[in-house]
Amino acid sequence: MTTAPERPAPTPLAPGAPRSGTTFLGLPTAPRGVGHLRGDRSFPDAARDALRDGQLRANLGHATSTIRAKRAKVVGEVPDWEELRQAGKALKQSTMARLDELLVQLEDQVTARGGTVHWARDADEANAIVTRLVQATGADEVVKVKSMATQEIGLNEALEAAGITAHETDLAELIVQLGDDAPSHILVPAIHKNRAEIREIFLRTMPQFQGPDADRDLPDEPRRLAMAARTHLRERFLRARVAISGANFAVAETGTLAVVESEGNGRMCLTLPQTLITVMGIEKLVPTWRDLEVFLQLLPRSSTGERMNPYTSTWAGVTPGDGPQEFHLVLLDNGRTAVLADEVGREALHCIRCSACLNVCPVYERTGGHSYGSVYPGPIGAVLSPQLTGVEDNASLPYASSLCGACYDACPVAIDIPSILVHLRAEHVEAQERTTPEAVAFRALSKAMSHPRLWRLTQRAAGLGRLLARGKPTLPPVLPPPVSGWTRSRDLPTPPRETFTQAWAREHGR
Amino acid sequence: MSAREEVLSRIRTALGERRPDVVVPRDYRTADERPAEQLREVLVDRLEDYKASVLHCGPDEVGATVAAALDTGLGAGWDPASVVVAPGVPAGWRPEGATEDDARPAVELAAFAATLTGVAVAIAETGTLVLDGSPLSGRRAVSLLPDCLVCVVEAGQVVGSVPEALPRLDPNAPLTMISGPSATSDIELQRVEGVHGPRTLVVVLVS
Repeated sequence: MTTAPERPAPTPLAPGAPRSGTTFLGLPTAPRGVGHLRGDRSFPDAARDALRDGQLRANLGHATSTIRAKRAKVVGEVPDWEELRQAGKALKQSTMARLDELLVQLEDQVTARGGTVHWARDADEANAIVTRLVQATGADEVVKVKSMATQEIGLNEALEAAGITAHETDLAELIVQLGDDAPSHILVPAIHKNRAEIREIFLRTMPQFQGPDADRDLPDEPRRLAMAARTHLRERFLRARVAISGANFAVAETGTLAVVESEGNGRMCLTLPQTLITVMGIEKLVPTWRDLEVFLQLLPRSSTGERMNPYTSTWAGVTPGDGPQEFHLVLLDNGRTAVLADEVGREALHCIRCSACLNVCPVYERTGGHSYGSVYPGPIGAVLSPQLTGVEDNASLPYASSLCGACYDACPVAIDIPSILVHLRAEHVEAQERTTPEAVAFRALSKAMSHPRLWRLTQRAAGLGRLLARGKPTLPPVLPPPVSGWTRSRDLPTPPRETFTQAWAREHGR
Repeated sequence: MSAREEVLSRIRTALGERRPDVVVPRDYRTADERPAEQLREVLVDRLEDYKASVLHCGPDEVGATVAAALDTGLGAGWDPASVVVAPGVPAGWRPEGATEDDARPAVELAAFAATLTGVAVAIAETGTLVLDGSPLSGRRAVSLLPDCLVCVVEAGQVVGSVPEALPRLDPNAPLTMISGPSATSDIELQRVEGVHGPRTLVVVLVS
């Protein structure tokens, strides 16, 4: 059994602690104490527990290998995949370079078509806006389309505090919500649960299976579990007066918003209620309608491994006689402008949330998403979360990678995640006020390596390590701290009998 | 300062004075040159791969083929009154006695067993039908709530790829792109058909 982790609690604030950090240009990062961008433990600590969970590793290994094969097949069908990737990357770069202008254009277009645009500096402001909008309708419940932005800002908790019930309607989000669990994947938040565990959650929590007369016959076939979700949500969709969604794309030129989904829960939410509230990160823009021709090819094949997802809905403002007659768009910053200020790190804002990088990451596949402590796990999370919060609040995440580069290859908009990881590691090291043992060691090494005589002496001294090894290929873990911290998770190879330069000198002379 | 002014001012600070001038390379395919007959074959292959049923017919046989499609989706002996049709669907396509969608509250459409609509465009390479909220496609709820959806695709409506479809569509219309029946991959990343949207999709392809 997988033990459900506590939902990452908002980081407690020390008295007098600042609510939010700022970057060197004075741009505020995402505030503390609200939302789900920070874990309560460092990545290595959380990962150590996750790695001991055999069921979790089996579930993740099965799910990620399935999706990797599907993605590889449908990406292989597209002869111009690389050209699409490069176009996607350039489109996002050009969007970021004109973000202010494009947001104003989007606002004008949405407003002209009967929508209302709201701006939110951070999670608290966005939560307050949405809560106020729901309260104005008189509704005490909302249906929700899966949305990373609303997970990020902790909207469900904010609504609950105001007495408003939020019903998640995406199947995986529903599993997470009913199981009182936390999401662990961008696309499939319940990827850490297998069919038997999901069946158990449904039987325990869905009203249709409660009571003495309930038919509790529910096999753990995915199809039957999906049917149970359909029954559970049908009536909620039909009575809902307010829906809350995110957005995959927003077209500045036309004011068009797009939601990409599979189940039809998105269509239910975007179509049936009277009021629709969409919360969108400011980086989700594309400049023109034509640009969707690139992203609608890149996203489905990268995320679910389908040529096209079953349903894509687009809308602009309000359409009389069709769908919600009241539409609100909330544009969210919450640290994004701080990311934008970093010329290397801003590429993380190009992410279209496909999750291909999670599925190919050897670290994610073994540790799962909860270890990252943020709603954005995996390689993209390791570069996005520390930038949104300021690197000091997610200091271990830039190290949660072997820098193998699989994420870069899989990314449909060619985000160079490994380079951003290295950049953030450097930023973290430079921000250290106190000298670490590692820094002392590397400084000494740097000195030794810049003086030939010192370097030869060092190598000869290292040769003494052969005495410790007693003929084994690696040294035993008997070194004292702080070196033991290093060798706890790494093997130190036994130094060779002679170094390369010694061998060269012996065979070729000086 | 309002939140709007502050966010915009933060963006200007973040970007600074020197903004990169980005040229977008559009070296990807924007047209599929294959002949129409071949595109139709690709469309059928992709639709069936994602568990939609496809029936073929000539321009004069649409009505009879729609009836056969409803047999496929609902089983023989279905009640014509339980079929709702988009208001712009030609009379010749409609089963006799079918109900035309009117201004009734959208949720009442859930009582119908099946829906009949046309489409705005169909994309062969991805097996996608696009409905655009026009009288022929119907409002969005009509193709969503009944459990069986029958769509008629006419010969001139099939394009090869996504870049050929978008210029034919109105960005301000409420669009629904449909690729197969409702499905989910949320349980162990295994795709299963049939969640909240129509669980049966039957396409009538007119040549």
